[in-house]
Amino acid sequence: MLHGHQTWVFDSNPTIISSAAVGGPHEAQGPLAEDFDLLHEDFWLGQDSFEKAEKKLQEQACETAIKKANMKKEDIQFLLAGDLMNQTVPSSFAARTLGVPFLGLYGACSTSMEGLALASLLVDSRFAKNVLVCVSSHNAASEKQYRYPTEYGSQKPPTAQWTVTGSGAALVTDHGDGPKVTTATIGRVIDMGLTDPFNMGAAMAPAAVDTIEAHFRDLKRDPSYYDVIATGDLGRVGHRIAGDLLKKHGLDIPEEIFKDCGILIYRKDQPVVMAGGSGCACAATTTFGHFLNRMRKGEIKKLLVIATGALLSPMSYQQKESIPSVAHAVSIEL
Amino acid sequence: MSEKKKKKLTPTQLEYQEFAKAREPKRPIVLNCLKAFFVGGIICVIGQGIQMLFITYFHLSSESAGNPTVAVLVILTVLLTGFGVFDHIAQWAGAGTIIPVTGFANTMASAAIDHRSEGYVLGVGGNMFKISGPVIVYGVFSAFVVSIVVIIFRALGVM
Amino acid sequence: MEKFLWAFLIGGAICVIGQLLLDGLKLTPAHTTVALVITGAILGGLGLYDPLVKFAGAGATVPISSFGNSLVKGALKEFDSTGPIGVLTGIFSITSAGISAAIIFAFMGALIFRPKG
Repeated sequence: MLHGHQTWVFDSNPTIISSAAVGGPHEAQGPLAEDFDLLHEDFWLGQDSFEKAEKKLQEQACETAIKKANMKKEDIQFLLAGDLMNQTVPSSFAARTLGVPFLGLYGACSTSMEGLALASLLVDSRFAKNVLVCVSSHNAASEKQYRYPTEYGSQKPPTAQWTVTGSGAALVTDHGDGPKVTTATIGRVIDMGLTDPFNMGAAMAPAAVDTIEAHFRDLKRDPSYYDVIATGDLGRVGHRIAGDLLKKHGLDIPEEIFKDCGILIYRKDQPVVMAGGSGCACAATTTFGHFLNRMRKGEIKKLLVIATGALLSPMSYQQKESIPSVAHAVSIEL
Repeated sequence: MSEKKKKKLTPTQLEYQEFAKAREPKRPIVLNCLKAFFVGGIICVIGQGIQMLFITYFHLSSESAGNPTVAVLVILTVLLTGFGVFDHIAQWAGAGTIIPVTGFANTMASAAIDHRSEGYVLGVGGNMFKISGPVIVYGVFSAFVVSIVVIIFRALGVM
Repeated sequence: MEKFLWAFLIGGAICVIGQLLLDGLKLTPAHTTVALVITGAILGGLGLYDPLVKFAGAGATVPISSFGNSLVKGALKEFDSTGPIGVLTGIFSITSAGISAAIIFAFMGALIFRPKG
């Protein structure tokens, strides 16, 4: 059901019956390593290109999620998947392997929640019984595409973020036990004219703030409703900006519950990480791994995740375009 | 006739940009300059040493010793790039590794190595100049313009 | 040895100029190196780069600015010996070794190495 202007309330409470998180070497060294189902030692996964490795990450996440639910891929009506690569190649090729009817998505780093929202919509509206959501990102593949070759010696500024190498998958169904997806707020594209591709946090923060405000406005809720409110990958720089901006707009989210997946996924002292994690897999692995595990243990009862995406391309940047962003919010409750 | 629109920022956008800038960790410019000075200087000293080796042991003149010196620095850079070490040094050194010829060699080597997966012709061959292209294009073009200007000035008796 | 000291100081100083362009003006590495190459070409045309080379040795020949200077010198030297067409034929004469070495060894690097990420 539509609530307010841009929020869906899923009356039938679609269930996340299982989820999986796969990661790479840097994620293995981070504080959330225990919440990953599979961790790889290098970027290659035994493949001969980074792009093929990313496809493998998605396949592994999907297969793990399906297995954990004691289901078969034939039971799944639709696969909603996306990533950061041109033409979302890893997702399409992983979909080829899985053979499930496929809907490709692109929301940059917000794709995980975009996918979860749409999957829940399909299940809640009875247009599907079981929907699999999967997103991925690969550090070396995205550096190669968006910025510089991986061995190139440039100096990253302190505002830069580190793309997570990994994949997160969630299986949304109309039956079974598990955390329920209760609402989703679809975000607008916001552009504050920022142009620095090495400071995504500042570019994405306004979109996160806009969606958060829309969510609370549409549902007439208060931040105190939730145990944890987590942004996707604003990083240390963007998260601080978002918090201050929300306060300025009169929406005060207490610091203890206001988190960011990009800050949580790596330790502050991990080299190369700079301002924190980013990439589709950042919000996906942190949510579908760490947060859902805590929910299943009963530690978190009401979770709101706002995944943020920067909608630029290497060409748009060269054509002197600024960086528009979008953020999608999904609430998950026990 | 295309319309040349200069992108004007709205007051809200300007306000936000200032808001964000105030919360941005500043680049440590002074520290970066010191690191660049140190590493850049060391690389030049190494270059000087290699040049003197060529002059002393290979009996080259100081002019012609410049070329093999550059070649040696290029080889060293390719090795460091291939072993995955150069980018870590560069993150610390910044301009100290970008500005010497090591930077140029690194752009070629890193692009070539990264695009191996796309094949040797289209991948390696087609992408090798991806980042170093501008230096060659603008180097040659500006040298061309400067040369023409110098020739004209000489002919006019100014130079 | 004095030569080494000046190589260190001048080479370091040129890199500091580059760092200021990178951090202060927030230029990309490509824009920064292009700026220095063009500067080297202009100084070379004015005859100001060669004295720097004599004085600082590798401190002036190793930075990318020397590339601009060598391109100009090559063009003018060939112009002096063979006339106007020399500008085109001579431009790469001095820098050929550096560029060729970079292409050859970068290619060999791609044959041997895999990216580490």
